[in-house]
Amino acid sequence: MKKSVFLGALTVAGLAASWATAGTLDDVKAKGFLQCGVSTGLVGFAAPDANGNWAGFDVSVCRAVAAAVLGDPQAVKFTPTTGKTRFTALASGEVDMLARNTTWTFTRDVDLKFTFDGVNYYDGQGFMVPKSLGVSSAKELDGATVCIQTGTTTELNLADFFRSNNMKYEPVPIETNAEAQQQFLSGACDVYTTDRSGLAATRAAFEKPGDYVILPETISKEPLGPLTRQGDDQWSDIVRWTLNALISAEELGITSANIDEMAKAKTKNPEINRILGTAGDLGGMLGLDKKWAYRAIKAGGNYGELFEKYIGEKTAIGLARGLNAQWKKGGLIYSPPFR
Amino acid sequence: MTAISDNEPRAAFRLSMLIYDTRYRSLTIQVVAMVLFMLGAGWLISNAAANLAALGKPLSFGFLSQPSGYDINQHLIAYNSQMSHARAALVGLLNTLLVSVMGCVSATIIGVFIGVLRLSKNWVVSRLAAFYIEGLRNVPVLLWIVLAMAIFIETLPAPRAFRGANPSATMYLDNMVAFTNRGFYIPKPVFHSGSWLVVLVFFLSLVGIVVFGRWARKRFEDTGQLLPTFWIKLGIFFIPAILFYFIMGHPITLDYPALKGFNFKGGFHLRNSLIALWLALSFYTATYIAEAVRAGIQAVSKGQTEAAYALGLRPTRTTQLIILPQALRIIIPVLISQYLNLTKNSSLAIAVGYMDITGTLGGITLNQTGREMESLMLLMAAYLVISLSVSSVMNWYNNSVKLKER
Ligand SMILES: N[C@@H](CCC(=O)N[C@@H](CS)C(=O)NCC(=O)O)C(=O)O
Repeated sequence: MKKSVFLGALTVAGLAASWATAGTLDDVKAKGFLQCGVSTGLVGFAAPDANGNWAGFDVSVCRAVAAAVLGDPQAVKFTPTTGKTRFTALASGEVDMLARNTTWTFTRDVDLKFTFDGVNYYDGQGFMVPKSLGVSSAKELDGATVCIQTGTTTELNLADFFRSNNMKYEPVPIETNAEAQQQFLSGACDVYTTDRSGLAATRAAFEKPGDYVILPETISKEPLGPLTRQGDDQWSDIVRWTLNALISAEELGITSANIDEMAKAKTKNPEINRILGTAGDLGGMLGLDKKWAYRAIKAGGNYGELFEKYIGEKTAIGLARGLNAQWKKGGLIYSPPFR
Repeated sequence: MTAISDNEPRAAFRLSMLIYDTRYRSLTIQVVAMVLFMLGAGWLISNAAANLAALGKPLSFGFLSQPSGYDINQHLIAYNSQMSHARAALVGLLNTLLVSVMGCVSATIIGVFIGVLRLSKNWVVSRLAAFYIEGLRNVPVLLWIVLAMAIFIETLPAPRAFRGANPSATMYLDNMVAFTNRGFYIPKPVFHSGSWLVVLVFFLSLVGIVVFGRWARKRFEDTGQLLPTFWIKLGIFFIPAILFYFIMGHPITLDYPALKGFNFKGGFHLRNSLIALWLALSFYTATYIAEAVRAGIQAVSKGQTEAAYALGLRPTRTTQLIILPQALRIIIPVLISQYLNLTKNSSLAIAVGYMDITGTLGGITLNQTGREMESLMLLMAAYLVISLSVSSVMNWYNNSVKLKER
């Protein structure tokens, strides 16, 4: 009898512990800041600047969520995670969300129990080699030494690619992009492989970017996006629709320049009004206020503005919109309607 | 005291006696501690189980039989990405054992050497040894590992530097070995038909050395005559095998590494992750072993040496017969814990990308399958088994050399 009471108490204690993690929105509001998992440093996506302020394309997603939920894009604390530590950090509740060049895959979604809240960059895996190697196709890489980040889809794709092409390679496992850079630049590996966006960003940080080429082959699909723990639908919805707000803003022409004008009074476009909170109460349905999306967009601009600012063709990274153009311009970037 | 209490009428047992009566107190404390411990452990386990269940990830080891999907550069047994996670864990385990065994052997050799130098009567030599010991062991071993790796990567030439008509780097020892920033390439023996006889003869000579050693010892005990055993053993070690190597017509040849394509092909490839880890672990652990050796030797009282000299034993024989056997009793328990330390420190391998069991099972497998709890439990069990085996073997050895009281 006593034993069963004891066990019952334990179960309740155990359940209480797991319930406590369920309401991420309340947690974040109570803390007063958003804990966001980002990469350890990938210029353009997430890297601290000279003053220690994190900035980048992925970082902007965190800032937009913080602006929507807490009203302050600066109310974010960043946790640098490696390819290997990121999922434990999220599952254990150390971070509230991840925005870290993370590929949406079946296992991560279903088996690892995460929820992917959309895609902020459609990518694919590529290879970078020194020009002096004289290689022009990934099919010529038989016998090469390849640097890969462990705990990524990259290493799985790589194994598959070489296997299906009957080629051999020597994998050199590394933890962070910085280590990869050291090994690659000193010639300890012939090839560095990761997402093409990551390659471009890494190359941009080299002293002589012109000495390295990214090979034409793209060997995988890497839809990168923010993710949250499975089972907290309200929180996942907030992250998902914050990203959608940034995307819709670009589609509807809401920019950081004209947003204040548009939010003053109702415009002729009802969807803009619903997003900016001048009509209806979409924010209330999320458990936020009416101005949530206004603040998210205002934080750094719409999707297109963020792209141009951090990774676009005018930056050192120089990525073209390509697949990441709006659907009306032939790309895959598409937000479900706000209604 | 007993006499008095015997005469007194026995007081009835009261509950407060559990605390105030010294006869019961320690028992009470132990029972309470035990109950608290079990409650704590039970709470931890049930909390973990409940949380895992709430996450939808109940404990399950099924992932071990799924294909791992990743490649491992150094595998001592056949392995590819289509084999299971369990196989990948085994590959990692063997890599752990490899670097640990290599590390323990070299740490012992370096440690004994430095420990003896530390006792040298030459002031400069003993200061240098002390400097080595204090310098190395006061910096975390992780830093030594990373430093060794960084030196390899930054200072050694890449394989492509060996290419071309006027290469900027060359191989050494008559084109037999190459030192590159991807590791060292050395010749590999290739066994042709008939080589088994040479190998067999070699192993027979090893047996012969042991048999001879016993015989020589017995002869020494019976007759008091000493043989130059070292030279004879050296002869048995080399001569028969070399003889058979020529008789069988050179059945063992060497495969030299040569630059082909992106990398050196042929020969053994000692990856610099392995070498960096091995060197750092052995030089670091050697400092502790050196101190143990020094302490062990100094602990043998001076009277023993003087008594041996008085009996007419020469200094080398004194060391061999009198000092070392006694010093070993002090050194070996320390050695056990240093071997265990080295094995456990080898889990820092991941810092240089050496794929030990922490890197495979506790790294990539854990990460790709999301089975943190299961992987870590298996990982801890693996280290526990390794450590317990090492210490039981060493304890057995310790028992065989310890003072036998007759
Ligand atoms: N998309 C892949 C790879 C992600 C990844 O690790 N990307 C690298 C290069 S694009 C990165 O973000 N590195 C930054 C760091 O080292 O923290 C995945 O989700 O597994």
